[in-house]
Amino acid sequence: MHWRRLTANRLSFAALCALLVVVAAALLAPWVAPYDPDETDAAAALSSVSLHHPLGTDLYGRDQLSRLVHAARVDLLVALSATAVALGLGSTLGALAGYRGGWVDQLLMRAVDAVMAFPAFILAMGVTAALGNSTANVVAAIAITHVPIYTRLIRGEMLKVREMEYAEAARTVGNRPRQIVLVHLLPNCMPPLVVQATLAMGFAILTVAALSFIGLGIQPPQSEWGQMTAEGAGYVVSGEWWLVLFPGLAIMATVLAFNLIGDTLRDVLDPRMRGVR
Amino acid sequence: MTALLSVRDLSVQFVTDDGVVEALDTVSFDVRAGEILGVVGESGSGKSVTALAMLRLIRPPGHIVGGAVRFDGVDLLTVSEEQMRAVRGRSISMVFQSPRTALNPVLTVGRQIARLFALHQRASAPEAWRRALEMLVLVGIADPERRARQYAHQLSGGMCQRVMIAMALATAPRLLIADEPTTGLDVSIAAQVLELLRDLGRRTGAAIVLITHDLAVVAEVCDRVTVMHAGQLVEMADVRTLFARPLHPYTQALVRSIPRIDQDVTLEPIPGTVPSMLAPPPGCRYADRCPRVLDVCRRARPALLGAGPEHEVACYAVEQDVGVTVR
Repeated sequence: MHWRRLTANRLSFAALCALLVVVAAALLAPWVAPYDPDETDAAAALSSVSLHHPLGTDLYGRDQLSRLVHAARVDLLVALSATAVALGLGSTLGALAGYRGGWVDQLLMRAVDAVMAFPAFILAMGVTAALGNSTANVVAAIAITHVPIYTRLIRGEMLKVREMEYAEAARTVGNRPRQIVLVHLLPNCMPPLVVQATLAMGFAILTVAALSFIGLGIQPPQSEWGQMTAEGAGYVVSGEWWLVLFPGLAIMATVLAFNLIGDTLRDVLDPRMRGVR
Repeated sequence: MTALLSVRDLSVQFVTDDGVVEALDTVSFDVRAGEILGVVGESGSGKSVTALAMLRLIRPPGHIVGGAVRFDGVDLLTVSEEQMRAVRGRSISMVFQSPRTALNPVLTVGRQIARLFALHQRASAPEAWRRALEMLVLVGIADPERRARQYAHQLSGGMCQRVMIAMALATAPRLLIADEPTTGLDVSIAAQVLELLRDLGRRTGAAIVLITHDLAVVAEVCDRVTVMHAGQLVEMADVRTLFARPLHPYTQALVRSIPRIDQDVTLEPIPGTVPSMLAPPPGCRYADRCPRVLDVCRRARPALLGAGPEHEVACYAVEQDVGVTVR
């Protein structure tokens, strides 16, 4: 039922298709990429868009399409792992704070406030700079900046659902607090969580790209969209436009797709929006 | 007849920013095995608090400040939380006011019932499911196979209440507390639900505490009745006596406020509202609304005294009528 509503909107249908293309490219990278992404070809260096190289080549003659497709793997994987880690940690903390209340709540929420006091990107930069920029650390950096969002969201939902009569009913039949939270309350917090996670995926991709753009994220020779954009930026003046345009478009399209789908999901999952449009 | 559950001097307070609310003031009553005991009173009279206090489920800012709830000779207020969890749902269970919101919206009703068997009787999943279906049949739900796979929002209000009753009776409790079980239902469905409760209570031998503001419901199904006002128990009698010879002015007013279609009498509303239970005066809490108020009523609280077989009342005016009361 939700699926049909998601595809009914033309914009979100387009977004779903775009995302499908990116995900398929990422999953099937070794098979759909026409060249080895790291294979250099001095003769074809900086060649423009052509039949041989649909999206052109870079300074070392590496095929840009192959590099983009392989970069999709990294970008999606990092964003997905960061979102998963943040979601797991954030909702655990949020559930604890919301259900227990009292000093546990105070302590957790002040800690979360402290993390939120830093601008997210500066914090992510700080973490990668401090831990060193391996892929795992980039995931950690993004996850840390996203944890507060989920914690606050789930805490708020918890405060709401724990007062529901079915929570009371669950208590009267002798459930343990853990069973009440896991079986009865958390599943009822899912809709806003799904929306938030989808929107956060877009942000996560943007953050990986931005970190890599300034050299703190994914390191060459592994290709990554932000890092490719950074490399391409140097060639704008000299006329090799394809080097900056295509990685930039990839970032934009993917982030936009996540945001559009997130927005539509919000409408679909929000009971107050049922029947609208 | 021995008491299955006996509540003695139960008091509950809620600590709020404005002061201490005395929601229950030394309430005592017995529930006998197999009977249906009605608890009546206006909104805010402490009926639901009584129910939750019996299960020790009063949550902060409220707490039980005194008294005892003896079930099978054990004071539930003194046992560990672990033991209390075993009592809840297994020995004492509860049916809620609004069945649709008391069922978890993201679990199918079958799973919710089946969980109880897994929780309390360690039944395997297929066994629990099979018994959940049996429970649905027992409460008169047609096509249980299909209904069990549906969610609360796909069922009608009456059906939801049947499911709640199925959940409450699933583990064969000895006491069932029904908190306004028919409030959200239309009259014909409400009658069916009451009939079902009474019938199942009789068949399983479970005693039922029926909390309601509806005296018609009480007259219909209860064996005995306790009347509550502002957190105090004012009168207790078997159902015939209560309607034939109500003694407490509040009970009399309640009985007079029942609409009668067979008699041409004006409906008499009870003057005033339930008084604030925030730092209440020491005397009878009905004093300010009472047509028979005496000086002593505002100074001291009348005790619950015997006014006949199966009949107790807490009122100085009644004591005056009778002259010397014999306990």
